[in-house]
Amino acid sequence: MKRCLSGLLGAVLWAGVAHAAIPIEHWTLPNGAKVYLVHSPGLPLLDIQIDFDAGGRRDPPGRVGLASATALMVGKGLKAKGAAPAMDENAIGDSWADVGALFSASAGSDRMSFTLRSLTRKDVLDASIQLAARHLADPSFPADVWAREQQRWIASLRESLTKPATVADRAWTPAVFGSHPYGQQNTPESLSALTVADMQVFHAQHIQACRAKISVVGALDRAQVEARLTQLLAGLPANDGCPALPVVPEVAALAQARDIRIPFASAQAHVTMGQPGFKRDDPDFFALTVGNYVLGGGGFVSRLTEQVREKRGLSYSVYSYFSPGLHAGPFAIGLQTRPDQAQQAIDVARQVLKDFVDKGPTEGELQAAKDNLNGGFALRLDSNRKLLDNLANIAWHQLPLDYLDTWTQKVQALTVSDITAAFARKVQPERLVTVVVGGAP
Amino acid sequence: MCVSPLVWAQPAANSISTYTLPNGMTLVVKSDRRAPTVVHMLWLRVGSMDEVDGVSGVAHVLEHMLFKGTPSVKAGEFSRRVAALGGRENAFTSQDYTGYFQQIPAHRLADVMQLEADRFANNQWADEEFVKELEVVKEERRMRTDDNPRALLYEQLAAVQFAASPYRRPIVGWMEDLDAMKPDDARAFYKQWYTPSNAVVVVVGDVQPQDVHRLALMHYGPIAARTLPERKPRTEPTQPGMRRLEVKAPAEQAYVALSFKVPTFTGFDGSPQNQDALALTVLAAVLDGYSSARLDRALTQGPDRLADSVGAHNGLSGRGPQTFVLEGVPAPGKSAHDLERALREQVARVAREGVSDSELRRVKNQWEAAAVYGRDSLFNQAREMGSFWAEGLPLDTNDRLITALQAISAEQVRSVASRYFGDDALTVAHLLPQVRPAAFARKPAMPVPHGGAVR
Repeated sequence: MKRCLSGLLGAVLWAGVAHAAIPIEHWTLPNGAKVYLVHSPGLPLLDIQIDFDAGGRRDPPGRVGLASATALMVGKGLKAKGAAPAMDENAIGDSWADVGALFSASAGSDRMSFTLRSLTRKDVLDASIQLAARHLADPSFPADVWAREQQRWIASLRESLTKPATVADRAWTPAVFGSHPYGQQNTPESLSALTVADMQVFHAQHIQACRAKISVVGALDRAQVEARLTQLLAGLPANDGCPALPVVPEVAALAQARDIRIPFASAQAHVTMGQPGFKRDDPDFFALTVGNYVLGGGGFVSRLTEQVREKRGLSYSVYSYFSPGLHAGPFAIGLQTRPDQAQQAIDVARQVLKDFVDKGPTEGELQAAKDNLNGGFALRLDSNRKLLDNLANIAWHQLPLDYLDTWTQKVQALTVSDITAAFARKVQPERLVTVVVGGAP
Repeated sequence: MCVSPLVWAQPAANSISTYTLPNGMTLVVKSDRRAPTVVHMLWLRVGSMDEVDGVSGVAHVLEHMLFKGTPSVKAGEFSRRVAALGGRENAFTSQDYTGYFQQIPAHRLADVMQLEADRFANNQWADEEFVKELEVVKEERRMRTDDNPRALLYEQLAAVQFAASPYRRPIVGWMEDLDAMKPDDARAFYKQWYTPSNAVVVVVGDVQPQDVHRLALMHYGPIAARTLPERKPRTEPTQPGMRRLEVKAPAEQAYVALSFKVPTFTGFDGSPQNQDALALTVLAAVLDGYSSARLDRALTQGPDRLADSVGAHNGLSGRGPQTFVLEGVPAPGKSAHDLERALREQVARVAREGVSDSELRRVKNQWEAAAVYGRDSLFNQAREMGSFWAEGLPLDTNDRLITALQAISAEQVRSVASRYFGDDALTVAHLLPQVRPAAFARKPAMPVPHGGAVR
């Protein structure tokens, strides 16, 4: 099956490449940027994602939210440079709309990501690359626009605090991550403290060509891509060797269980329970990913869905997930239910978790997980957008170039005891942080 | 059996093949051979608008019950089998239609067709399954609507805006109707509406249309034809004057929505009504189609801005009456009523001054690019064709729309702005933010940090 799949992908999607399911070209530009390319000629499209080590974990002390604010403001104004005049947010919006291209900048916990989607028609691509290059190199961070965005952000933060899901998340996250950057939360006060000067410094420190991990999927060949990327990064400072950034400490394990109950008059109680999970480079990655499919990741067929929703009708949505990053991202179980049923749902979910950690999946469950994950492997790669996500994952985590070619083998090789051992190493059901917002007393 | 491959207007696009099975079921196939996967969807031309008073939500409850078995596939087994095939699956219900889908490796198409045809024809479950699943649906309602003030506002807005049209009822159903729903309500709805002539199968992916046709004849072909019930038009009468409502819910920000009754797009006949519907879509894009469009520029910028966010949307097409909605969140310290007036003034300005050629070109370029982006996803391509079929529009409507919208002139946009935005066809809804009551009166409420819910 796997062999057949690889053959099909090679023959149909990337004609002429015999050996790899997904042929990835990888090289380093003279300016130090690392490039990962999948040539996908099916549509006249180009997708580019550029990632920098400039996510929330790099927020300086007392500047929680700076990475996100910087990404937001990258789209709000451009400095004049050479023959190109300064542009305000409206000129920028008009220009992107004129070419119908999509550009975004955003920051997560680990990365700041810039994405561009454009048609490959020459006039359109010329304009898209040129404009994106200016966003990367020459944002003007206008203070008046930031003053407005700050107000809007604070207002929407206050609005979100009226929702039980937000209240639950904002209690759970700091309880799990403590003082680690993953546990830091924006507040009206922290957002009020951010200035455009902070953003200029943050941008200059982090947005450098030699720190860029660039993923490209589209109907251009390597030479064309190299030419476009050279234009795209032209405005960034020359290669200064990019000295290593400070080491960010690891997430501390939880010492004990914690129960946090927050009274809240909502139609549903929101329950989140979990703890720090694991780092993306952990050798247990596959065992934990496949195990979680059985526990609470696998759509309508997971144990949590079976016990909480299908058997008892307690919740519309119930799930578990790991979100591994450069540090141990969260392991969480979540559900929402009528307030008077919250305790019952929690008891059921805890029992499901305890059983799973004690005994692992059954042979039948493991086989079903493999059938789904390996049988459906091609569904992870059947659009340029999905290819880009996979490529960016490889680029960011420095995974081997044959990562996608060996993925199904790694899944296939797992045993029940691999998964049981991995869960025993990573999940301690007796040390969960449980947050209940709106449950009956 | 007729075979009528339609050729897409765009040269790079793949062709669509349509077939009618002997029992009246429609099959639509589009080859997209970039990867060895396929999406298989079954759409029914039945949604919440086909319900009657007292059983609101039954179309959606039935959608959930389709996962609860047939004589040969027991409850929950459908999902397990699709998962074992490497598939992903789900279903959805709207006012106009109900859809079921699986995304699978291409060589598993026959397997999911067999499963889907079986439950389409033979869905059967015990009352206890219904009783449990109804509780799941109520949790879904609590999550999507009851704890979501803006969703609550739109639910109430529809109930006030429409008197005769079934669009007045929520898709998920009133909680009181869900409380009163019986297993036989869902069974009756299934018997009435799940007939071959009321369904289309849409397949997009790494397939040959003739092969899919052969599979469809094998799996869907044997299902007996049944007559559909007569559909009453339930046409919404002309609204005789402005309607206003207020919705109180726990929130921090106010919100206002202005909903105007406008024509529904019914096809490419060039009729005045259809031309107006298209021009209204262009108007919405000129107002709010990109990040520096008119509404943003006029209302969300500068030190005295009125709004934190604004939007404009034209419904365009659907089985029922369509609306053009202007909406927004007032900026801190600004009034929702001022924002309401300012939103209407932006439309009035278009009616007075028209729109520029550069604005028109901009929104048209965006659509052209978006049409190509839309072809990156098999799911999206299948979803578009399924919904157009359900609405009674041609399957290649997406590409024809791009062409038709390109032909709309600045004068047509000005004209619709002057004709459809009076008081009489308008319903205005204001969200009045409320402080959430303390959860448990006998206990002191714990403070929520940073100006949260309990104050």
